[in-house]
Amino acid sequence: MGTTWDAVVIGAGHNGLVTACYLARAGLRVCVVEKNDWVGGAAVSRELFPGFTYSNCSYVSSLFRPEIMRDLELPRHGLQILPYEGGAVFRKGGGYLAMFRDHDANRREFARHSPRDAEAYDRYARDVLRHCRFIRPLLMRTPPDPSSFRPRDIAELAWLGRQVAGLSERQIAQMIRFWTMSIADFLDEYFENPVIKAYLAVSAIIGTALGPMSPGSAYVLLHHYMGDVDGNIGAWGFARGGMGAITRALASSLRAAGGEILTGRGVERILVRGGRATGVVLQGGDEIRARRVVSNMDVKRTFLRHVEERELPEDFVRRVRSFRTRGSSGKLNIALDALPRFTALPEGAPMIRGDLHFTDSIERMERAYDDWKAGRFSRDPFQDCMIPTTIDPTMTPPGKHFMSCFVQYAPPRIAGRDWTDADRDAFGETCLNQIAEYAPGFRDLVLHVEVRTPRELEAEVGLTEGNIFQGELTFDQLLFNRPVPGYAQYRSPIRDLWMCGSSTHPGGGVMGAPGRNAAAEILREMKLPAGMSDAYAVL
Amino acid sequence: MTARSVIVIGGGTNGLACAHRLATAGRRVTVLEAAPAMGGGAAAAEFHPGHVAPALAHLVTGLDPRVSAAMALARHGLALSAPLPTTVLAADGAHRTIAAEGGGASGPDAAAWAALHRRLAAHARALAPFRLLPPPRLSRPAPGEALTLARLALGLRRTGREAFRDLLRLLLINVADVAEDELSDDLLRGALAFDATLGSRLGPRSPNSLILYLDRLAAGGTAHWPQGGMASVAQAMTRACAAAGVTLRTGARVRRITVTGDRAAGVELASGEMLAADLVVSAIGPRSTFRSLVGPAPLDAGFFRDAGHIRSRGAAAKLHLALTGMPDFRGADPRARLLVAPSVDAVETAFNPVKYGEVPDRPVMEIVLPSAHEPGHAPEGRHTLSAILQYAPHDPPDREAARARMLAGALAVLEDHAPGLGALVAHAELLMPWDIEDRFGMEGGNWHHGELAVERMLFLRPLPDCARYSTPLPGLWLAGAGSHPGGGITGTPGWNAAARIIETGA
Amino acid sequence: MNELLHFRTPLRTTPFHPRTAALNRLNRWSPWAGYTTALCYGDTAMEHSAIRNAASLYDLCPMVKYRITGPQAEAFLDRLTVRSVARLAPGAAQYTIWCDDEGRLLDDGTLFRHGPQDFLLTCQERHLPWLLDSAAGYDVAIADVTADVAALALQGPCAAWVLREAGFDVAALAPFRLADFPFDEDRITISRTGFTGDLGYELWMKPWQALPLWDLLMRAGAPRGLRPVGSEALDIARIEAGFLLTNADFVPADQAVREDRVRSPFELGLDWLIDWEKGHFTGRRALLAERDGGTSNWALVGLDVEGNISAAGSLLYLDRRHEAGHVTSACWSPTLKRSIALAQIRRPFDRIDRLWVEIYALRELQYAKLMMRVRPAPRPFFVHPRRRATPPGDW
Repeated sequence: MGTTWDAVVIGAGHNGLVTACYLARAGLRVCVVEKNDWVGGAAVSRELFPGFTYSNCSYVSSLFRPEIMRDLELPRHGLQILPYEGGAVFRKGGGYLAMFRDHDANRREFARHSPRDAEAYDRYARDVLRHCRFIRPLLMRTPPDPSSFRPRDIAELAWLGRQVAGLSERQIAQMIRFWTMSIADFLDEYFENPVIKAYLAVSAIIGTALGPMSPGSAYVLLHHYMGDVDGNIGAWGFARGGMGAITRALASSLRAAGGEILTGRGVERILVRGGRATGVVLQGGDEIRARRVVSNMDVKRTFLRHVEERELPEDFVRRVRSFRTRGSSGKLNIALDALPRFTALPEGAPMIRGDLHFTDSIERMERAYDDWKAGRFSRDPFQDCMIPTTIDPTMTPPGKHFMSCFVQYAPPRIAGRDWTDADRDAFGETCLNQIAEYAPGFRDLVLHVEVRTPRELEAEVGLTEGNIFQGELTFDQLLFNRPVPGYAQYRSPIRDLWMCGSSTHPGGGVMGAPGRNAAAEILREMKLPAGMSDAYAVL
Repeated sequence: MTARSVIVIGGGTNGLACAHRLATAGRRVTVLEAAPAMGGGAAAAEFHPGHVAPALAHLVTGLDPRVSAAMALARHGLALSAPLPTTVLAADGAHRTIAAEGGGASGPDAAAWAALHRRLAAHARALAPFRLLPPPRLSRPAPGEALTLARLALGLRRTGREAFRDLLRLLLINVADVAEDELSDDLLRGALAFDATLGSRLGPRSPNSLILYLDRLAAGGTAHWPQGGMASVAQAMTRACAAAGVTLRTGARVRRITVTGDRAAGVELASGEMLAADLVVSAIGPRSTFRSLVGPAPLDAGFFRDAGHIRSRGAAAKLHLALTGMPDFRGADPRARLLVAPSVDAVETAFNPVKYGEVPDRPVMEIVLPSAHEPGHAPEGRHTLSAILQYAPHDPPDREAARARMLAGALAVLEDHAPGLGALVAHAELLMPWDIEDRFGMEGGNWHHGELAVERMLFLRPLPDCARYSTPLPGLWLAGAGSHPGGGITGTPGWNAAARIIETGA
Repeated sequence: MNELLHFRTPLRTTPFHPRTAALNRLNRWSPWAGYTTALCYGDTAMEHSAIRNAASLYDLCPMVKYRITGPQAEAFLDRLTVRSVARLAPGAAQYTIWCDDEGRLLDDGTLFRHGPQDFLLTCQERHLPWLLDSAAGYDVAIADVTADVAALALQGPCAAWVLREAGFDVAALAPFRLADFPFDEDRITISRTGFTGDLGYELWMKPWQALPLWDLLMRAGAPRGLRPVGSEALDIARIEAGFLLTNADFVPADQAVREDRVRSPFELGLDWLIDWEKGHFTGRRALLAERDGGTSNWALVGLDVEGNISAAGSLLYLDRRHEAGHVTSACWSPTLKRSIALAQIRRPFDRIDRLWVEIYALRELQYAKLMMRVRPAPRPFFVHPRRRATPPGDW
């Protein structure tokens, strides 16, 4: 390989591909190297059981920015996002609470549990929407460095100041409270019914190493809510054909723009000469030379494993080491012979097409978290179960179903040691038994099950400690603190080495915003037009 | 013109500090205290014949120097010991000692501790001025305030670029992460975790917990034993108030705050006595002030609702032991502040159960032996032990069972660290959070009169609409621990409130 | 019905549904507060004409109703709403509004006093959490009785005649008064209230009385042309009467996502309702500050629009150039033969007689853009002495 690329991107996850697409469309010669034989990182569709497509890592989409879909023409490259309907949380000992897209149906459902809460939900939804509207415009901007006096940082801080100044004093106060409090306390200020609170708390813990009673968990809720499907803030959808459809479309868009993807080629290390990144050395020794290197790997992997420590400032290495990437979740991917029958659900209930939970109180969620803190998987875990095949017929043979169960909490290590296969199997059993409690005969429907703990997630996708967000979403790791104060603008201490993964602002989820923001910074430095549509306005 | 009259409800340190300052400014001030003596949480009680223990607070930490100077507390009889060192007890007797000023620590982590302390102390110094100001307004600050704020902000920034970045990162971090990043010694980690969460309802792994440690450092950080015991603080403040012409009434429980023509007009006592005043200042909890003493009628519904949302769940219990001899904490100096907080996880594990109204098996604790400091706290040859236990549920389903479990757990932990202590116990008194509420009127037994957490700090404390000590009800002010900057034997909220009252000419 | 199956029928039907459905020739419905209600039965112009010329029946069941009882019900309502409730006698009703702490309007409604400790509050939107929060500290019980009370509006110049024919003697009932009448071995309540600005009554009954009463009224009213009317006809009548409609003319403060959408009573021309002397009520201090500081930003005004095209949804301009506000409700008034509108105008433009409205009128798939002169007009646009005459005449 004698050529020198304009950019080499390490990792064909969705953010790496987004960055690569934008760079390629700006006229750069771009190469993406991927250690696996397939593209997609954690947004993949894999056939792990014959005839069944699994979204075996990420499983739903809402956060993926529509601006990116438009810029990169992803619908033309085959991407379709399908909205889905509500869901339900089953109550221990029978009964359930459902969530519907229809406002009136939803109000009546909530009113079955608490007439007051049914109406309080409107004010709650209004308040959360207000916070979403404030934070949305921040997603597609490079965070300013508050310690810098550079004109751009000052201008950006001033912009931020104007956004805040546009709010009333009361609104600012509410926002600061919301960002810093726990979801349990926040919900207590609106609702009285424990099941309603448990259902609404879910988004505040997904993917995080926090419990619903941890301060800061309310912000995580926002992180999950600020996405939108067809302008419906907080709505979620499936990618038709599984989550891999997103990265397949990105790969196709990249190739159409002249970019190249090398799969099955893991990176050994990043080449640094004279303080500049000049390419990568692949496993096996091949070198790829490039004028700049963009890493889609998390910040720990990038700098602690693939860059010589002596190339980096000591302080930076220390900060990267203390960047928190503790995994908190596991995943069961299940091939089912037929649609499971949940005894509590009436015939024809649409909730089966949404997300299904079994944790009917915040206390149970928090106790599940206590297990995680103690270094064990939750004995009474929280599961977010989805059966995308109730909506997407392309993933399994007719009549069969694929069920995705996202599980919390699963620690990165068990009692201080690595996960063993026995641990993993016990974890899987715990989860399957929990489902079977509500759907008798469930276990007989299981054709195949893939159990993934943080260990599997790290081994397959390369996420350090199995953290799905490439770094926890607490304030000390958000905005200008993400991933490291002073390096929140996609640049690293090494010239021409960039970061574009979820370790950077605005963080994880299949959102694509870090990838786009990184591309924007690279192109801005090259003084090339970015070819990006403006972030959609929040009217 | 006659001097304007002020009624201060609550004769704790804040009520007294506020009263003194207002009296000095020429107001006619009456302090009403429900208990038989002034002092609130700064008091002492004989809990067993001959055994006197600090009733609630057992050390003085962060007493506002403005208050002690202006009230001339030294002249009125308050003498604080030199700052006490802290001993972190180890089960094997290899205790760690943290120097009184905080900077030096013994053990393998001495250097790391010193470095961390320097860093955090610098951040605390930058934040300290905020404690002494009324919380800034979020928009439209007055010109003078804007200037002060700009100066403070610049002060933060001027600590240097790296320090500023570090502060922004640490502001809302959890103390466990910092302890684990910067220290390797479990005992010092545990001590840091304990001190950060003392008095709060957070565990060390709860985000936003480090800022409480910074706040503690900003308030002064050092712990002192007041000569003559905790009651001497209240006595000195009372004398200072009396000298300043404040009328002090004990046993005067306020039943309600009276309102005339959209203005607080005075109070009605439980005895039925009506007292009129130009201003009413409440130094008791904001939640009970609004929800119980004022009531809904003169307040807006949203505000009244929000006042009900002020969370005030106490999470600490207070243990008093009458001992027939001096316990031996494996050689630890009994006059030090003794901590049982063997690791971050020990603190976190003690925290977990209170989330569900349960009792931890092994509480962590801060121990003081008053009788080791001076005579008068126990009969000759005997001793008195005072300990703050964390964490205790504020409202468990079965209170007596919870108290029994808590006591058993605490005694077991103490026995582990001072073998034979159990046999010395002549009497044990355990104040659970609800006992603290009953005895001191602190809602939920929370000594901050409302949990101290980021979501309720500065302009959010206790509520945005009354964060600057004035309340929506004209003529009613707040001056207690529920207001910025929170509780402890500091007098700062009371002092700040008085400053606002004087400044606004209310 | 199994309540678990509500997802199959998210909208409820009212107790009158068997009759209204049979009469709804066009099958034109719209959702209202969780219920199915008729937009129009057959011909909006004829239905509006019935309101102004004969008598009309309108199914009011979805109107949100709260029953408020208890020793402190009066004190509670006095703190909740801006008018004096102490001065509302049993047997009387009042139009009222309530605000949040900042003095921004939450909703308007009608408060009926059935007894010293017994009230019914009716409104457009649901407010249970706010009412319960406001009730903290009061000895009062609040129940949502929307589904327990069926309601019907009988409006129009012949309304009293129809009632008399049906056996209800309402001759003595003055505007904003209510009384109980025997019906079907039980009682119903009739109040002289309405949303048309005309002679009219509202009838409150138990759900099982709904169909017999409907049948009785329809029979009794047939000679005078009584007909059921849908929301479209009613909306024209209420604009003619100059009444505000929640979520058309203002956004309730607790629903507004955009902070600049909330309005104070001053900004909606409702400040005349405020009783400043009655003591504290929620929002009073904020409103006092607004009054004394003159800080109101908006004014709600009635407009007389040049030409004969409805100005619904249009923007207002000062001197045809500077945006000055927007029309919130508008129609061509068949009664007045002119185009009328309610509009929110940024102060002080409400006092400047140089306002224009930009109308986009859809004509055969194409919008015609019109710039029309508008002039402030007193509200109500339509008034007739029959509205207040007691005893009511047979018009």
